[in-house]
Amino acid sequence: MTSRYDRAITVFSPDGHLFQVEYAQEAVKKGTCAVAVRGADCIVLAVEKKAVAKLQEERTVRKIVQLDKHIVMAFAGLSADARVLISRARVECQSHQLTVEDPVTVEYITRYLAQIKQQYTQSNGRRPFGVSCLLAGFDKDSDTPRLYQTDPAGNYFEWKADAIGRSAKTVHEFLEKAYQDDLVADRVGTIKLAVKALFEVVQSGSKNMDVAVIAKDKKLEMLTTDEISKYVSEIEKEREEEAQRKKRGR
Amino acid sequence: MDFSIGIKGQDYVILAEDMNAAHSIILNQQDHTKMLDLNDHLLLARTGELGDGVQCAEYLQKNIQLYQLRNGYEMRSNAAANYIRKYLADSIRSQEPMNVNILLAAYDTISKEPQLYYIDYMGSMATVPFAAHGHGALFSLGIIDRYYSRSMSRDEALSVLKKCIVELKKRFIVNYTSFNVQVVDSQGIHQLDRIVA
Repeated sequence: MTSRYDRAITVFSPDGHLFQVEYAQEAVKKGTCAVAVRGADCIVLAVEKKAVAKLQEERTVRKIVQLDKHIVMAFAGLSADARVLISRARVECQSHQLTVEDPVTVEYITRYLAQIKQQYTQSNGRRPFGVSCLLAGFDKDSDTPRLYQTDPAGNYFEWKADAIGRSAKTVHEFLEKAYQDDLVADRVGTIKLAVKALFEVVQSGSKNMDVAVIAKDKKLEMLTTDEISKYVSEIEKEREEEAQRKKRGR
Repeated sequence: MDFSIGIKGQDYVILAEDMNAAHSIILNQQDHTKMLDLNDHLLLARTGELGDGVQCAEYLQKNIQLYQLRNGYEMRSNAAANYIRKYLADSIRSQEPMNVNILLAAYDTISKEPQLYYIDYMGSMATVPFAAHGHGALFSLGIIDRYYSRSMSRDEALSVLKKCIVELKKRFIVNYTSFNVQVVDSQGIHQLDRIVA
């Protein structure tokens, strides 16, 4: 295949930019928002659900996917590109276990995806993936929750809390101010912070949110709309109380 | 020289297998497990070449796990059995055939039926109420024919199994010290007590 494509698409600009990669990052910014918060004993992924067309079946839109029994991923950007990465990651999770008997660590599979993304920024005839991924899970023999993020360039970092997609910057600023270790010491606190963070972007409420909780040795838990609504109403109440207090305080 | 045996009941399938790991005349291990969980409701008992068996079973297990992750639900018993059969059928037609015979015990959670599949190294498959692989099958099948009924309880099935083992101990030249026994039902795969011959 590569012999027929001898021209690279991702080339350096005179001032050292890889514009195709930067455009890919723009594509990610167009995708719906995904937020992840790492707590003391769990990770919560909260994603914005795009409103579906009237005739469309809602359940065919999945933004939180399982890569392996212990690793979950949320993404932002081009869904079709994400599908390819998810498929490769799933195969690698099994292949790794077949070879070395151990399940992959979150870092390993993050690095694997990042490597693929980087290869696509340096290959003939290929364009970068327009996807950023949030990978969450627990390593074998460890109780520490792990959260990683990859971007279209193939960079990856570990985060305490992160957001990707639409208005990620706003959510980042919120999280930087709001994230405290003692706030996320338990499951409820972590869920609340994640929902609160997503709420900065998704004003319309629980119908447009998907929340998943990843805990050690437990199945991936997707919260029901009712459960999310409970958190949303709590947050709205707190906001109102805060607003009242500000008014009275003056 | 291995022996595996499966008995299907109303809502369960019992699989038992010898635990010898031998090469020629040397017995390397007497507590070697040759059964593998492919998913929550699929149990594979393998006999034949030891190395081939491990390769084959682990490869199948990982692919069945991949199916589950890709599609969001477990591979059904019928699908898995046919997938395994095809794998062995392809293998026999390749340069390095796998010398592995398989008994697949399954519980189909959708139709709520237990299933037992007899699959051999050439890729032939049969859905059966009871089956056995190995020389020990020659001694066991007659005994199960005599005592089997579809409605038998797990304890009754285990006692028939023990009858077979007693017969093997008496008349079969190979000495099996113990047998690994597992059962598959709607709740999943469970380990039962080992039967010491």
